[in-house]
Amino acid sequence: MGALGHYIEREGVPTAQISLIREQTAAIRPPRALWVPFMLGRPFGAPNDPEFQRRVLHALVSLFERSAGPVLENFPDDAPAGEAQDSGFACPVSFAPARAEGDGHARAMQDEIGRLAPWYDLAKKRRGRTTVGVFGATVKEAARHVASYLDGAPESPPAAGWSAGIAVKRACDDIKAYYYEAVAAQPGNLAPKAIENWFWRETAAAKAFLAIREICLHSTDESLMPLGRLSLIPRFVTDGLSELEPKQHRA
Amino acid sequence: MARLTEFSESEQKHHLDKIRDLPEFGQTPFVSGPLLNKRRVAIVTTSGVHVRGDRPFEIGAADYRVIPGDTLAGNLIMSHVSVNFDRSGFQEDINVVYPIDRLRELMAEGVIGSVSEFHYSFMGAAPIRALEPKARELAALLKKDRVDAVLLTPV
Repeated sequence: MGALGHYIEREGVPTAQISLIREQTAAIRPPRALWVPFMLGRPFGAPNDPEFQRRVLHALVSLFERSAGPVLENFPDDAPAGEAQDSGFACPVSFAPARAEGDGHARAMQDEIGRLAPWYDLAKKRRGRTTVGVFGATVKEAARHVASYLDGAPESPPAAGWSAGIAVKRACDDIKAYYYEAVAAQPGNLAPKAIENWFWRETAAAKAFLAIREICLHSTDESLMPLGRLSLIPRFVTDGLSELEPKQHRA
Repeated sequence: MARLTEFSESEQKHHLDKIRDLPEFGQTPFVSGPLLNKRRVAIVTTSGVHVRGDRPFEIGAADYRVIPGDTLAGNLIMSHVSVNFDRSGFQEDINVVYPIDRLRELMAEGVIGSVSEFHYSFMGAAPIRALEPKARELAALLKKDRVDAVLLTPV
């Protein structure tokens, strides 16, 4: 992000950025930056809180009133926690079984998608929108694409120019968005971390994704391997996996 | 919760390693401009948000997508390749990532002068050096649109 500040302002256009990782911004020294103590993915603090968002935005645009730089200012407040519940899905569990029963997880995921459908529909109606759509088909078709890998007979990518890895990535992103939107509509008003914990620790979809990751990591397809390493499973989950790996002992 | 000290050890290492790998940027540019209430503002996000139906971002993509200012929230989706940031906020309200409604409010209140017709989106996981030519190209377009305040917003 800070790099863009340098590159764009060097061409004569003033910039001001939100900084989420202060240490990185301090090292890059972009022209104007406002560090905010919010979670990654929420640079304006909290959804559906226009007043708070406006305060952050106002602090950001105010940096254009400075006469010299670089400027790296701190936003003073944490994001409001709201009414969302943090608890409920925070118990650590083993991810190990996910690697053994790939096709079973695929069927369970497809059943789960069916069970979540009323909640997804409700979320879509209430919000007037959905973020499902990068795979370019229905979530059932996305799930079928993922399941085809677990069944050992991978479908071809659905569009010309898509690599196998891109197709799997977009299918998984749509499935995850569907789950996140559905569970957010259910009773319980889960906080973001609770939604994340629920998805990665409780759902068949996560187990299917972990099984897909194993397939990607052992694939000779150059588009699948990086997907397995970096872009399918978050680090907080893969960190847990590495703790389960057999320890290497020196003879 | 974006204080590095609150991250797990591996997350901290990931973000600190990025600092180690940074290119040299040289002296920080600092361009002056008119009063804030005369400025024309555009958003450039690195969230990988784009209009539904536009080409999604690929791993390593350093190009950008155009977001026309009148795009409805329902037509915005996200194809950032990283899985290590929250998306539930964006799913609830685009303004937590792409504060277009708040920007229009600041314009209506007279805090800023105007809002650009076009906004732009990169995918933040692109290699830093690869962003430079596209950023230059973008700067030329921003100048054509008389933009003199760019808000850079990450995820």
